[in-house]
Amino acid sequence: MPRMRGPRREPAPAEKAKDFKGAIKRLFHELHGFRLLIGIAFILAILGSILSIIAPDKLSNLTDEIQKGLLGNMNMEAITNIAIFLASIYILSALFTFIQALCMTTVSNKFAKSLRSRISKKINKLPLKYFDSHSIGDILSRVTNDIDLIAQSMNQSLATLVSSITLFLGTIIMMFYTNWIMALTAIGATIIGFIFMFLILSKSQKYFVQRQVELGNLDGHIEEIYSGLNVVKAYNGEKDANKKFDIYNKKVCVAEQKSHFLSGLMHPIMNFIGNFGYVAVCIVGALLTMNNMITFGVIIAFITYVRLFTSPLSQIAQGMTQLQTIAAASERVFEFVDEEEMAKEDNLTENLRKEDVKGKIEFRNVMFKYEGTEKPTINNFSAIAKPGQKIAIVGPTGAGKTTMVNLLMKFYEINSGDILIDDISTKKLKRENIHELFTMVLQDTWLFEGTIKENIAYNGDITDEKIKEVCKIVGLDHFIRTLPNGYDAKISDNDTVSAGQKQLLTIARGMLQNTPFLILDEATSNVDTRTEELVQEAMDKLMKGKTSFIIAHRLSTIKNADLILVMNDGNIIEQGNHEELMAKQGFYADLYNSQFEN
Amino acid sequence: MIKLLKNLGKKDWIYAFICFILVVSQVWLELKMPDYMQKITILVQTEGSGMGEILKNGAYMIACALGSLLSAVIVGYFASSIAATFSMKVREKLFHKVQKLAMNEIKQFSTNSLITRTTNDITQIEMVVAMGLQLMIKAPITAIWAIMKILNKNWQWSALIGVGVVILISVISILMSIVIPKFKIVQKLIDKINGVTRENLTGIRVVKAFNAEEYQENKFEEVNNKLTRQQIFNQRMFSILSPTMYLIMYFLTLSIYFVGAHLINEAGMTDKVALFGDMVVFSSYGMQVIMSFLMLAMIFMMLPRAGVSASRINEVLETEITIKDGKINKDKTDETGIVEFKNVSFKYPDGEEYVLKDISFKANKGETIAFIGSTGSGKSTLINLIPRFYDVTSGEILVDGINVKDYTQEFLHNKIGYISQKAVIFNETIKNNITYGENGRGEISDKKIKEAIEVAQAKEFIDKLDNGYETQMAQGGTNVSGGQKQRISIARAIARDPEIYIFDDSFSALDYKTDSNLRKELKKYTKDATTLIVAQRIGTIINSDKILVLDEGKMVGYGTHKELLENCEVYRQIATSQLSKEELENA
Repeated sequence: MPRMRGPRREPAPAEKAKDFKGAIKRLFHELHGFRLLIGIAFILAILGSILSIIAPDKLSNLTDEIQKGLLGNMNMEAITNIAIFLASIYILSALFTFIQALCMTTVSNKFAKSLRSRISKKINKLPLKYFDSHSIGDILSRVTNDIDLIAQSMNQSLATLVSSITLFLGTIIMMFYTNWIMALTAIGATIIGFIFMFLILSKSQKYFVQRQVELGNLDGHIEEIYSGLNVVKAYNGEKDANKKFDIYNKKVCVAEQKSHFLSGLMHPIMNFIGNFGYVAVCIVGALLTMNNMITFGVIIAFITYVRLFTSPLSQIAQGMTQLQTIAAASERVFEFVDEEEMAKEDNLTENLRKEDVKGKIEFRNVMFKYEGTEKPTINNFSAIAKPGQKIAIVGPTGAGKTTMVNLLMKFYEINSGDILIDDISTKKLKRENIHELFTMVLQDTWLFEGTIKENIAYNGDITDEKIKEVCKIVGLDHFIRTLPNGYDAKISDNDTVSAGQKQLLTIARGMLQNTPFLILDEATSNVDTRTEELVQEAMDKLMKGKTSFIIAHRLSTIKNADLILVMNDGNIIEQGNHEELMAKQGFYADLYNSQFEN
Repeated sequence: MIKLLKNLGKKDWIYAFICFILVVSQVWLELKMPDYMQKITILVQTEGSGMGEILKNGAYMIACALGSLLSAVIVGYFASSIAATFSMKVREKLFHKVQKLAMNEIKQFSTNSLITRTTNDITQIEMVVAMGLQLMIKAPITAIWAIMKILNKNWQWSALIGVGVVILISVISILMSIVIPKFKIVQKLIDKINGVTRENLTGIRVVKAFNAEEYQENKFEEVNNKLTRQQIFNQRMFSILSPTMYLIMYFLTLSIYFVGAHLINEAGMTDKVALFGDMVVFSSYGMQVIMSFLMLAMIFMMLPRAGVSASRINEVLETEITIKDGKINKDKTDETGIVEFKNVSFKYPDGEEYVLKDISFKANKGETIAFIGSTGSGKSTLINLIPRFYDVTSGEILVDGINVKDYTQEFLHNKIGYISQKAVIFNETIKNNITYGENGRGEISDKKIKEAIEVAQAKEFIDKLDNGYETQMAQGGTNVSGGQKQRISIARAIARDPEIYIFDDSFSALDYKTDSNLRKELKKYTKDATTLIVAQRIGTIINSDKILVLDEGKMVGYGTHKELLENCEVYRQIATSQLSKEELENA
């Protein structure tokens, strides 16, 4: 039985996969675990189609019986029998379609779920460098859009393709089996129409792509103007914006008109083909009946065959387009799943216990360069941080200060040289072990949707008392208790928690970790002065007795640091303490003095 | 929805009327076809009827089919034209309207929502208009006409079709009432999946640092499970729909034939052939009726969504423009660059508390005035009142001695070089970004552009680019860094040669050194211009002629750095949090 379709589903432009065959092969390979359900679905689809082909034949028997009755007595018993038989075929066929759909729904959704899980797990296995060259939006669109596309199209297309092909071939066979002259008539009458329709379809595809492009341009322009509206206004850019908008808008209008018109033709043409087939079958059928070559029932049967024959053809076309979409989408998903992961660390045996670490870190001739860049970002860098020391990293924005953080945390592998913690090379330590030793409080305060408690206890088993205790230390307790639900208040996008308070929350979170090493990003540009003081106090408390690396913005931090690393253009260009560096009269001194001059 | 339809022009209504006529004739032709079908059937049945008759009726039927195809094509053409022009007009209207809204109105709607309203919502309505013009006219006409045709023929068959329609509609409405509310849940879950993934991606360093990979994955799995369960439920419900539809249609045909057999059996000899013909016709009319009810159901599913979109669009279109243009478009005095606030207060129309309260100060030609205060103290709002992004609630703002409300906005904006907090970069070349807009003095020369770039400290990085200032900027300027974007937007203001510069915290993205060089160069280059600066860093404003300190919307200090250090507690707090005592004194 053919599946229901909307009255006018617009043929969306099929995105082309780079390697269609490969992608489909891979997809079926991945679907291996579902082969039983898919098998059942396919068999049911075939059976359902066969039933839909048998039905018209029986229907023609029914008409024949009725027609016989026109002249004499009607054989009611035979008619009832046929009717019951037909009814059971219809019910069976509906049941098959239903079960088949259930199978495919299960398969496609479970498959989509497993793909989503794989992507989610994959994210955390990728080296950080992957995210340097790939945008978050891109990955997100794979998790949602692409997987949705796969699930939906798979749900609709695979079984439909199988049943349509069966129906198509079966109808042809049945037609020829019933009467070859009528069969040729039916096929001949419809095929011309179909050629015509495919021509239009391929043409409208072009306009759909064009519409998509133009719409994209227009949307882009709208977004640009709306989000920069204050500048547009202040610079009297409205006329210019309107002029451009009108051009884009007009283009969208034209493309839309054409694509809608052409795709709108599909339905009436299909109708016409059906009607034309009907008349052709009737006329030829009448001729044949008059010559007593066929019975009237055959005509009735062929009327249905024409309908059965026309619908699978357009469904096959649609199914193929959907397969294209699946191929393109799954290619993107698998591309991500196949990305190279971080090196396995099972062979590393050294382990540093948090409690036993003294807190010394040594950089020994460290050389590091980002992939794809020519010059090394950090070249032959050596320094020693003694237990409890404060190391400040300074430099203009974009100087590569975060690179230092990345190396310390082993987010990236250094190219040569070594970083040692308590004289043990980090190359011999598992990433997980290193992460246990560090607390990181970054400028972009990262909080997730959840309660305040959950955010502070993040991934740790920590008692409520302990949480309250640290919140008191950082001066958050009062604020939290003023919130509705207190510690169970949800943190979401709205402004209940200010930027400074967010920073304090992440400090509280860091404090609970109680690690020998600290990495702090001091940026306070989003924080008002009073909160800034609070944050500062909290950070000072956090640093007590720990070896800390600070991305420094405040002069007082820089001046008090035991060691200052001055970075510019990705290089450490100077190091020493404040006095030494000032005496050098170099980049640091310049940077420092620039605040006062005018 | 109906309100929006007023945007259709006279031509569109004429087109729509033509569509209506054509659809009626289309329906007439389509319903005529079964008559010919019936004739053909009877002819085939009757012994001795000539082939000529059959051919004639066949030709009529094909003529009907062709005619219906033709009118469908024409209707399609007009409908798509009406729909496309309709959405073009509404989009244009909306776009123009949004540009006239005051900033607080835009905040209220939120930029993102305005974008969706101008793009998605309009597309939504367009679809309904295009579909509606064809289906909404066609379906009821077909249904009613087809019912009329069969009603007086035979009540048994009519009853059968009636039962079919009732079952069909109840199945659809039950399914829809179950599934449609669930769609919202699915949408929410998808948003959540997105949220959890985004969370993991943006915080990837933190996740790794806390060894919290599993924690995140569990969180993801939880939503993933919920989503999958919900999706499977929805789609299972939907998979009932298609087999049921077909079952109803097939059973209808079958019952018509079965009942027909009884009817024919009981009828008199002469009626038998006629009844047989009727039977064939009934089964085809029955299909027509069922199909048109299906179409109607489809439209009723789409209408509520379009209604929501329409009301979202109307909401914007009906917003009253609060910022009205003044008339003055030339200067009265030769004295330019004077900005004066007289007892200015501001609050949002539906806000309870004042954002700014009783602010008065005067900036003379060539002076630099800085504004400092904690976040939320109202300093950005204050300077945004000058280009009339908002209008004052009470008091007045004078530029060159005239109330800003009395200027035409175009003329007022020509006096101002405004640099926003977040640099705005357009999808154009750097050069076009710098010459953006109009300044009322004709085109900006290449020499001027080069000077602006140099003063804005942007020369160094622009020279390094392959195409210099002809380099194309990506949308949102993603191909340059934040500091570079800001420098381009500062160059834009400089190239404009304004009387008054307004820096809305535009220096935070720059490092100390660039910040200081830029201000030094700017001072040299624009000796006569008045400069208003909102800043966070003391270093940025330390040498301003006057500093205005804001706290919770009130002016708590006004004077030079030295004066304020002595007599303004808030200022002293801000200053000492950034610089040490001796540094402050040395400065």
